[in-house]
Amino acid sequence: MLMLACPWCGERPEGEFICLGEAVRPRPLDPSALGDAEWAAYVSDRRNIRGRHDERWWHVRGCNTIFTIGRDTVTHQVFAGTQDEAAP
Amino acid sequence: MIGPDPEAMQRYSFFSLARNALSQHEGWQRAWRSPPLKPDYDVVIVGAGGHGLSTAYHLAKEHGVSNVAVIEKGWLGGGNTARNTHTIRSNYLRDVSIRFHDVSVKLYEQLSRELNYNILFSQRSMIDLIQSWGKMRDLRRRSLAMALHGPAYQLITVDELKRRIPAMGDLSDVRLPPLGGMLHPEGAMARHDAVAWSYARAADARGVEIHQHTEVTGFTFAANGAVTGVETNRGVVRAGKVALATAGNTSHVIAKAGLNLPLVTRNLQAFVSEPVKPIIDVIVNCPDVGLYVMQSDKGELVIGGGTDPIPSYRQGCHFATFEDVVASLVELFPRFRNLKMLRQWGGAIEFAYDASPIISATDIPGLHVSTGWYGGFKSIPVGGLTYAHLIATGQPHPLAGSFGLDRFRGLRFLLEAGTVAQR
Repeated sequence: MLMLACPWCGERPEGEFICLGEAVRPRPLDPSALGDAEWAAYVSDRRNIRGRHDERWWHVRGCNTIFTIGRDTVTHQVFAGTQDEAAP
Repeated sequence: MIGPDPEAMQRYSFFSLARNALSQHEGWQRAWRSPPLKPDYDVVIVGAGGHGLSTAYHLAKEHGVSNVAVIEKGWLGGGNTARNTHTIRSNYLRDVSIRFHDVSVKLYEQLSRELNYNILFSQRSMIDLIQSWGKMRDLRRRSLAMALHGPAYQLITVDELKRRIPAMGDLSDVRLPPLGGMLHPEGAMARHDAVAWSYARAADARGVEIHQHTEVTGFTFAANGAVTGVETNRGVVRAGKVALATAGNTSHVIAKAGLNLPLVTRNLQAFVSEPVKPIIDVIVNCPDVGLYVMQSDKGELVIGGGTDPIPSYRQGCHFATFEDVVASLVELFPRFRNLKMLRQWGGAIEFAYDASPIISATDIPGLHVSTGWYGGFKSIPVGGLTYAHLIATGQPHPLAGSFGLDRFRGLRFLLEAGTVAQR
């Protein structure tokens, strides 16, 4: 059972959250300027890091905040977020 | 180079068993050789699991490419081939998925004979228990799609469900009472280790070399960017073509070549109970609550559910999921409440962006990838057949033409819904 630090509610159990997966880079500002390969890479490619990465969580059964934390995908150790809540 | 004569492989039969019994079983040959690592090969396959070994076998058998090394960072068949729950089925939704997995089931049916190795194939049928009208509609749609291609997927009543699965409790007071079931007579299981060992032995007999404890640490490239070999903990190995079959770790390995793939690795866990007398003789899958259960030949109940809902390479037990699966189990099978669980484990499975396999060339010439096996045990024979075709000819196999990486560029997602126990 993971304990996650919601920036609003503090440390809460995993079951209150939904993991939104790897924190992907922000949506390109001008998609029509991209080629198919770049757009496909933005939509579907993931770094899928074995080790520490940043990921987004949604406190869906709580305050509804979406936030970013660091987590090691091998040990599941959780670290403080390294970036602010990503822009929509 | 001419490989060893396949006929030289020691045949397994009743007579060889009897003959070796008379000599105290000291006359058995090793099932495969451990030759020294050569500096170059025509093809290097990374990963000696089911898919890597099956690919090597089909490269040698159908395409005459036997100067092949299968290199493996751990031991043969020690990754997901050892960690799955050995279910074989073809109840998918998309035309390409149904055809692909139907061929795999048919290859599995003949595999013991083809490879002269008893894989303990047991075609005991699989039943999907339906507990919601949404799932009923979904599975009836799959049933109709499958009817176009051959494999059977028949709706059965609750009474028939109870007749076929007498171990189930009286389900009148469960939270989601069953509405019916879907019977998939082709559903089967086989001994997973034997599948890896049989392909290893048959590939070895055709000249393929298997090198365990040989981990890829990088790739070497020509001036034009094409891959020319792999760097390993045992030195550089040159290769005309490199083929990854590194289930779970493909993103990790291919990042060394500078590529990103549309994959997420997740932990899929399973556990087995203490052995009991025969009580379930079919594979029971409950997609509405995320549970499947079957009984192994040893008598253990093999139990699993969905993946952990987070990216993970942990290959272990995530307690939140474990609790969820066990709660579903004791609700539907109250008599299993007193069973002790003996072992639990997890496998690192790769989930492609559209939940379908990837058998493809990559942006790097000479580098191939077979991944996205969400439940890849069932696909080992056909995965090897089609991957070997791609590696040898440069063209996708007709069964796997939709499984290229180019589908993501064209946004031609397959969006397969036939993955087991996914809610």
